[in-house]
Amino acid sequence: MKKGLLMGLWGFLWLLGGVVLAGKLTLLGAGATFPYPLYSKWFHVYYQKTGVKVNYQSIGSGGGIRQILARTVDFGATDAPMSEDEMAKARGKILHLPMAIGAVVISYNVPGVPSGLKLTPQVLADIFLGKIRKWNDPRIVELNPGIKFPKLPIVVVHRSDGSGTTFNFTYYLAQVSPEWRKRVGYGKAVRWPTGIGGKGNEGVTGYLKQFPGAIGYIELAYAHQNKLPVAALQNKAGKFIRPTLESISAAARTNIPPDTRTLIVNTDAPDGYPLSAMTWILVYQEQAYGGRSFERARALVDLLWWCVHEAQNYNEALFYARIPENVVRINEKLIRSITYQGKPILR
Amino acid sequence: MRTRDPDQVFRFVCWGLAVGLVVLVVGIGLTLLAGSLPSLKTFGIRFLWGRVWDPVNEEFGALPFVVGTLATSILALLITIPFALSSGIFLAEYAPPKIAGPLSSLVELLAGIPSVIYGLWALFYLVPLVRWFEMKVGAPPFGLGLPTASLVLAIMILPYAASITREVLKMVPHELKEAAYGLGATKWEVIRRVCLPYGLSGIVAGFLLSLGRALGETMAVTMVIGNRSEMPQSPWDLANTMASVIANEFTEASKDLHLSALIEIGFLLFLITLIVNTVARIIIVRLEVR
Repeated sequence: MKKGLLMGLWGFLWLLGGVVLAGKLTLLGAGATFPYPLYSKWFHVYYQKTGVKVNYQSIGSGGGIRQILARTVDFGATDAPMSEDEMAKARGKILHLPMAIGAVVISYNVPGVPSGLKLTPQVLADIFLGKIRKWNDPRIVELNPGIKFPKLPIVVVHRSDGSGTTFNFTYYLAQVSPEWRKRVGYGKAVRWPTGIGGKGNEGVTGYLKQFPGAIGYIELAYAHQNKLPVAALQNKAGKFIRPTLESISAAARTNIPPDTRTLIVNTDAPDGYPLSAMTWILVYQEQAYGGRSFERARALVDLLWWCVHEAQNYNEALFYARIPENVVRINEKLIRSITYQGKPILR
Repeated sequence: MRTRDPDQVFRFVCWGLAVGLVVLVVGIGLTLLAGSLPSLKTFGIRFLWGRVWDPVNEEFGALPFVVGTLATSILALLITIPFALSSGIFLAEYAPPKIAGPLSSLVELLAGIPSVIYGLWALFYLVPLVRWFEMKVGAPPFGLGLPTASLVLAIMILPYAASITREVLKMVPHELKEAAYGLGATKWEVIRRVCLPYGLSGIVAGFLLSLGRALGETMAVTMVIGNRSEMPQSPWDLANTMASVIANEFTEASKDLHLSALIEIGFLLFLITLIVNTVARIIIVRLEVR
């Protein structure tokens, strides 16, 4: 008993020592893996500028939501907005702040077909439903005059692990194809009608490179780094849009609700790439909880303000699109609404 | 007090560790069982032969994964048996001691290669080979799936099966062999009529232990099996195994029932491995009694 007490005291002192010795405080964040490379860069730069350390653990979006609900972190991070059920579990209002925009790109390996293959949502859905089986199918040829397609079977490659990328991709297909919605639906993992499963973006990329005739969906950065061709998708406005940092950013230049809890997949922005997705940081609107100090709350708000402004300049080098002006405005409003004991922290 | 102290302490330590291990195994089983309760309640026994794995509509059945696991493991064992037997016989009987030593260590070295390395190697070398073969025989040329996964598993369990065969053959008493030679038997006859029958149960047990290892193998299999969660329709088909569906879906399984179904798969795998190992142990015990 006594020993346990001593141990506890020792542990407490050790923790205290760590905090005091560090001088500046360390903010804790956890969640989505997708923005992890970007957040590492941001927080490293922020540490060099301000001396405030941010410890971000990429444990997955689900974990990020659980951690912020359990109040064990200063901020959570997620690739999908919290559901109503999850919001209801929160003690206190949680704000969603979009930080960057990513894209799911359709990549392929077809001899003689360069980057920029044109696909309509319907054709894409039918390929992934296993209804279009050959690359020289008239419906593909018709969209791409001037390209000679080989008589090659289509090999569909999808993610075998549960992932936000799959969620966005299947959500898009469910939006554009009633048959997909009925037969497959959407989620982080689904029952695929056809195809090979690769683990992670790197697994899918590997299969795409290895199998002639393959088509699959990956994150933009992987297509760039591996110099894989990407398809131009027809958006709601009828334009064929290639995934570029501009067209991905443009996807959010549309009506975003004040709480930003929306998916911009299948956007109605005329120049927007339809398979774009925002990634969010989650914070409590009222920061005085669980014995948090005002300094801590203030440091968090300063960090968030920096993230939605200066930090955006680091996005594009890492293949994340920046959030457009209209979303920055919403973020500013949301950050200004963060309070400590009822009083706004930023003035 | 003083005299029996170290003895006593040692005994307690051994007892404690041994009991601790048993508690650990039982604990793992119970944890898995507790985690699979929601799934057990929802699907009951039909989870075992359910063919649909649909995380969206929360319909879960384990059959495709059970079939995938058993098919790849048993196929791997069948492929590995001739190689393991012959290399075991060679190392125990034919190889001069100068070669046998280094060669045995080399075979055992195979067991030390990390699983992910086997997976990568299979992906880059085995897959094109299998695809070429599939094109020759007119099967769908994925290069992935049951055949590739079985092949890489066969290579992975070979060192275990081969070493155990060698050890068992070395245990055959010299008197027996000398007697057979004395009766005018040739080397081949001695191996076939004396050594193999004498060591049979040991060798079988060794193969079963290797099978147990194949059942639980995850990383290398995940990389080459194609991860298709449907019932395989032919031996060339893409498939999925119990271990790889857990590895794939566990981290992002956000729905409670999905998570629970994955844990139940883990529980099933635990049971299957337990059964295989128990059977192997029973055979070994019978060998010792004899």
